[in-house]
Formats: sequence, C-alpha cells, structure tokens
Amino acid sequence: MSRIEILKTYKLYIGGQFPRTESGRYYPLLDKKKNVIADVCLGSRKDFRNAVVSARGAFNSWGGRTAYNRSQILYRIAEMLEKRKSEFIEEIILQGGNKADAKKEVELSIDRLVYYAGWCDKFQQIFSSVNPVASSHFNFSVPEPTGVVAIVAPQDSSLIGLVSLIAPIIAGGNVCIALASEKMPLCSITFGEVLATSDVPAGVVNIITGKTSELISHMSSHKDVNALVYGGKDQKEIKLVKENATLNVKRVFVYQNNWNKTESQNPYFIFDTQEIKTTWHPIENIGVGGAKY
Amino acid sequence: MKSPIIDQVGVEERVARFNTRSIKKESKVQGLKIAINMIDLTTLEGKDTVGKVRQLCYKAQHLHVDIPGIPTAAAVCVYPTFVKLAKQELGNSGVKVASVATAFPSGQSTLAVKIADTKFAVDSGADEVDMVISRGEFLSGNYNFVFDEIAEIKSACGNARLKVILETGELATLDNVRRASEIAMRAGADFIKTSTGKIQPAATQPVTLVMLEAIRDYYYETGIKIGMKPAGGISTAKVALQYLVMVRETLGNDWLNNQYFRFGASSLANDILMQLAKEASGVYQGGDYFSKD
Repeated sequence: MSRIEILKTYKLYIGGQFPRTESGRYYPLLDKKKNVIADVCLGSRKDFRNAVVSARGAFNSWGGRTAYNRSQILYRIAEMLEKRKSEFIEEIILQGGNKADAKKEVELSIDRLVYYAGWCDKFQQIFSSVNPVASSHFNFSVPEPTGVVAIVAPQDSSLIGLVSLIAPIIAGGNVCIALASEKMPLCSITFGEVLATSDVPAGVVNIITGKTSELISHMSSHKDVNALVYGGKDQKEIKLVKENATLNVKRVFVYQNNWNKTESQNPYFIFDTQEIKTTWHPIENIGVGGAKY
Repeated sequence: MKSPIIDQVGVEERVARFNTRSIKKESKVQGLKIAINMIDLTTLEGKDTVGKVRQLCYKAQHLHVDIPGIPTAAAVCVYPTFVKLAKQELGNSGVKVASVATAFPSGQSTLAVKIADTKFAVDSGADEVDMVISRGEFLSGNYNFVFDEIAEIKSACGNARLKVILETGELATLDNVRRASEIAMRAGADFIKTSTGKIQPAATQPVTLVMLEAIRDYYYETGIKIGMKPAGGISTAKVALQYLVMVRETLGNDWLNNQYFRFGASSLANDILMQLAKEASGVYQGGDYFSKD
C-alpha cells in the first residue's frame, strides 16, 4: 500500500523553540517549474522583537562562558551538521542548486564552523594589546562581545552565507537574530534544528524567515540591537540601515564576499562585532628594573 | 464563616478569555499610564541600603523624564527601617510610603513583636502597612487565630491603610485563597495582596481572579470596597494590561485607580516605560535607555 509522505512544516527558530510566526502569515516557496516546495513563515516585526528579547536574555550567559566552552559548542554544531549533510544537500537541490555544488556548499559550511570553533579562544590574543603609558599603570586592551547582533543573510545562498555570518558572531560571544534568504530559506530553519541539538543555549541564535524589505527598518532601528551585519546588495537598504543605526549608534557592517571561497573566512569577521575595553591597573612605579607585575 | 468552593477549571478558562482582549494604540497608551500609576516600586532585600532606597524614591517621582505626561508610581514599598528615609525623600510628591511589617516575609514571630514592628513603621511615617498572615496557623485550620491577628495589626495601624498578604504560593488551593481572602477582609484589611515575592509561584492570574471575586462578593454584601494588590512575577506591560482587563471586568471602573488596585513590582515599571516610548517614537526600545534598578 502506498503511503502519504509527511512533509515538514518550516517554522521560525526563536529562543530555542520553533514557533510559527505570530502574524500567522506564510509565503509559498516555488521551484523552477512553479511547483510549491513548502509554505514558509512570513515573519513579522513582532517575531523580530520577540527574538531580540530572547537574544538579550541569553547574552550574559553566552558572553560570560569560557572561550574554550564556546569553541566546543561551535565544533558540536559542525558535528551535527556533518551527520545531517544529506538533508541539507537535498534542500539546496530543491531550491535550484545542482548536486555537486550543493555537496560542496554543505561541506564548506561544516569546515567554516570548525574554522571558527578553532578561533574562539585565540582571536583575543591577536586583538589584545599591552599599551605603553606614561604613568605607573599596567594598561591593556581586550576585545569583548558587543551584544545583540542582527544579521541579514545573503540572498544568493541558502546555507553557506548564513553560516559564514552567524559563526564569527557567536564565536566572539555575541548573540544574534538572523533573517534568512527570502529566495532560499529552507536550510536556515533546518540549521536551526541543528543548533537546537548542539548545546547552543536557547536564544543565542534566532532565525527568522520573511521579507527583508518589510523587516529591515525594524531590524536597523531597534534600540536593543547593538550591531547589524548586512549580507545583501541593495543600495537603498544599505543607506536605510546606516541612517537608522544612528539612533543608538549601532555598528553596521556590509559584507559582500563570495562565501564559497576559503578567503572569506578570517578572524577579522569575529573582530568586527567586538568592543575594545581598556583597563588601567595601578602598579608600583616603573623603575630601572622594569614594571613589577 | 462559609467560603464558597472554587471551580478551578472555570477560573482558568475565564482567565484565558481575559487574555484574548486586544488593546492597541491609544487605548494601550491609556491603559499603560493607568498601570504605571498603580505600581508600588518595591525593594525588599537584605542588601538594601540608604542609597538604593533614595534612588528608588527618586525613580518613583520621575519615572522617565524623556516622555512628558508620565504619572508617578503609587508608592514605594520598603522595610520599616527605611520608612523614615523614604518619607523624607518623597516629601509631598503624592507618592505613598508602604512598609512591610509583622516579621515579613515569614510572619514567624509573636504577636507582641508583630505589633511593635507595625507601630514602628507607622510611627516612622508609613502611609500603608503590608502584613503577612500566619500561613502555618491558617493551614492548620486555626482561622480564628489568623482573624484575630489581622484585627490586632489593623488597630495598631491607626490611620495607615492595611494590606494583608495571603502568600498564595503557600496556600496550595484556590479554595484556601478564597477563604483567606474572606478572613482578611472581615478582619479589617483595606487591601488584600497575593504574595511577598519571596515564594514561587507569586502572583498568578487565577489566584488574582479568585481574590477579585471575593472582593466583589464582599462589596455586594457590605458595600465596602476592598483593594487588591497582586505582587511578584508581573514584569511585562502586556501582562499588566491583562490584569487591568480582569479588574475592569470583575469589579468595574471604580477599582481602576491606585486607591483600590496596585501592582507590587519593580521591573514592570521599565517595561511599561519602554512600551510607552515605543508608542511615542515608533521604535523598539532597549534597556540601556532606562534607569537601572
């Protein structure tokens, strides 16, 4: 007897859970032959707001973890993704990719996670400094996570673009809300399932599907968002984001890299969403024998 | 004294219906302004200091100067030792000073000590006294003991209004909540209050509804209006509005002011302010722009 295949409902990923959009809206995702592949949540500004609340709640704990622990968790995401490779390849093909490229994209995504897992407890050493000062202080600067980061994922890929933006941000101890590619949203929510089973605490990564044109002004004006990473190419949106960001002096980064290249991964992506804290630590007078610290 | 049996399922269904009311735009702003004017800003920690109480008193009078037309809080709620200071700081601003008394929060002491505690608070200038009932005696069925104790404290209060804390989180059933409400009102309470905030669960909507209905029935019977104060665990503007709906639809407009309804909360104020700022500016707000408690 033939059976009816059970299809997956693609929902959002907010606060470690998979809610439907509060708006109840959806949009059909079509393949090349105009067949409906899936109905995808059309996320609203309130979904984004809820995600910011979840993210803010998760920030202290995530940012306060040891770098070593964050590294382990990023590696764990890679492990989980590796095990579910075939599912992601299938989704990329469904959304119009060819088989060979799909396999390459998923494998590169896994490798990228491992890459940033390695950097978790090392970038601080690259970007920190001991500063010479003309008083009896030991003066040093260290990077610290900026806080809640909003991400607009690149439109032209389903997985690699999203992973390339999320990984360095959380590796640095930030929390984020990512808006998935509108044209290719399937992998984003499946990636949420990977995150949910990778010891990533609830709220550290939140993923929303929907229209960039509808959400971008709210993402860029929200005063509890500390930075925005924009992976798109629309000049009008870039201008709007930069203007709105002035409201609370949000940091804005526009990335237009080709994420399929290994050159598009480096610790400077982690550094972008870090703040530098400089500390003046009183010491004895610096004498001929050097500082006594 | 007879006290009605409570239908728990019915109470929960009724509460669920209050929560479906949609309050938007101007009515939301109005509701929020009413709610913020009902807040007893509270600090009841072992680590309270003169500075903390002073800061809270300032906040009660100047909730958020950036938005014009924000009312003050209803009262500041402190331990008896800080009453004098709070009274001095609040001056003639109209913000009341409430003091917990009677061996708060456990209530485990002798009547003589409890009366002395109350008198100390009142003599220091408290406008309102928040007492706790003896839950152990109540749960052992010594209702007369509980009644007499409340009556004694009431007479020690003089002109100060008496709020009786039932500590519903320890009363186990809604039937007990109703019975304790009846006892408190008949013994002379001006307000009945859910919780100390030290026991979980603190204020919940079902418990509040049962207490509001007790107040309603007492009003029908005697013509006396008793106030209500849910305390602890109410931290969002949305939930505060749901409580107001419950008050409006159970007791009517007469209770929609701070003479008869209070929220015992401290973090609620900032969330309401953030909502009001959102309505005024159109932009989602962040905690960095509001006072730290």
